[in-house]
This record gives sequence, C-alpha cells and structure tokens, in this order.
Amino acid sequence: MMIVLSSDNMRIMKELDMVVFRNRLKEFTVKIGMSLVNQTKLITAASELSRNMLRYAGGGAVLIEIVNGQRQNGLRLTFSDTGPGIPDIDKAMKDGFSTGKSLGLGLPGAKRLVSDFDIKSTVGKGTTITIIKWKNG
Amino acid sequence: MDKIPILKIGHFLMVAIQVDLYDRLALTLESDLVQAVSKTGAKGVLIDISSVSIVDSFMGRILGNIAGMSKVLDAETVIVGMQPAVAITLVELGLPLKGVQTALNVEKGMELLQKKIQFTEEDIDDDSTLQ
Repeated sequence: MMIVLSSDNMRIMKELDMVVFRNRLKEFTVKIGMSLVNQTKLITAASELSRNMLRYAGGGAVLIEIVNGQRQNGLRLTFSDTGPGIPDIDKAMKDGFSTGKSLGLGLPGAKRLVSDFDIKSTVGKGTTITIIKWKNG
Repeated sequence: MDKIPILKIGHFLMVAIQVDLYDRLALTLESDLVQAVSKTGAKGVLIDISSVSIVDSFMGRILGNIAGMSKVLDAETVIVGMQPAVAITLVELGLPLKGVQTALNVEKGMELLQKKIQFTEEDIDDDSTLQ
C-alpha cells in the first residue's frame, strides 16, 4: 500500500531542463529529510534517466511524487516518453551495452542506485521507467 | 553561453567547477582545457570538484577524457575535492574513474602534481644551466 503525499510534473525537452529538474528534485529530497548519500544517488540516477530520455526519445515528462510506504517516506519518479522504445530490455539493462556513444552505464547504473526500478517499453510507442528511493533505503 | 574559467599557475592549469554542470558546459570545458594545455605547454591540470554535488556517467566520462587527452599532450591531471557522497555514488554507478588521479584537496593535489613533474623540471633546469 502506497500513499501519494505530494507530486509535481515536469517536462524535459532540452539540456537545461535537466538542471532545473535536478534542482527541483533536490528540493523534494530535502523536504522529506533524505540523507545526503541517498540524495546524491537518487539525483544521479535521475540525471542518467532524464539524459536517456532526451538523447533517445527527444524528451519526455517526469512525475515526481512523495510516497509513503514500508513505514517511511520516499520519492517515486516516473519518466515517460513517446520515443522509439527499447527492443531488447534485457540487453539494455546490461553494463556496457549502448546503442549510442555512451559508456552504457545509464540504465543498469541507475538501477543500482535506487530502491526500486521498473521499466516498460513498447517499440514504436515509448518507454516508461519508474524508480523509488526510500528515505533510508 | 556559460564558461568555466581556466587559471594558469606556474606549470599548471587550474579549474574550479562551481556551477551545476550540464552536458554542453562539460564538453566546452573539455575542449577549452585541452586547447589550453596545448597552448600553454602546461605540465599539470588540477580540477577542483568540491562544489559539484552530482557526477553522473556523462560527467565522469568527460573527466576521464580530459585526463586521457592531457596525458597525450604530456600533462598530468589530478581531480581534487570529491564529496564523499559523490564517490559512493560513482562506484555504485559502475564508474570508478580508473586512470584518473585524485587527491583530497587542492593543496594535496598540487603536491602530487609537483612530485609528478619533478623529473621534467630537473631536465629543464639542466638545459638552462647549459645555455
């Protein structure tokens, strides 16, 4: 059972939006009293995912939510785009796999940094990635 | 467009990143710095990231690139002042910045660079006494 306490929706269409988004996310992490290490992990993971969205789908939207579950507060981020989608998710989740010129750490790295990671993608329709980071998780 | 200033101190170039890095700014820094190394013949590059709270895989790659490119141009790079939370995150992300020298702070970074180029400096001194 998870209760949404507060939420905010942002669009990421250009590089500078990423900076605004990271700052907004920082405010949310401070609001729920997340530790500095967890703040850094979550914002780094979010930075990877928002860059992916810009690079591969030309942009998209992020929903930031303060959620309550597992007897503590946390942040849930939902990245959704209407880009080309990911044909082979298993492959995309492997370290070192990249269709672009990056290091291929984005998706698997982001997964390691958060408490919960869920990815859904349909080729030709888009990708939705949901991550949760608990305050003390 | 924003630019990160590059300072020349003796044989070294020094950069203190004090703003939120976005991708284009990081790329501009990379090319500016490499050009500055070539132009000034600097023997060392010191990058202070103590005000940087987020280093993701892209910025990590840029830092690695700067070190690699400078090395080819005969300059050592030292990254100083990484915040502990950033270090934890980078390793968990899977980017331990292999091949990039680090030091705790600017002072220690300077010492490390001095040590690294000592031999080269001795060579230069020898040359000047010959003339």
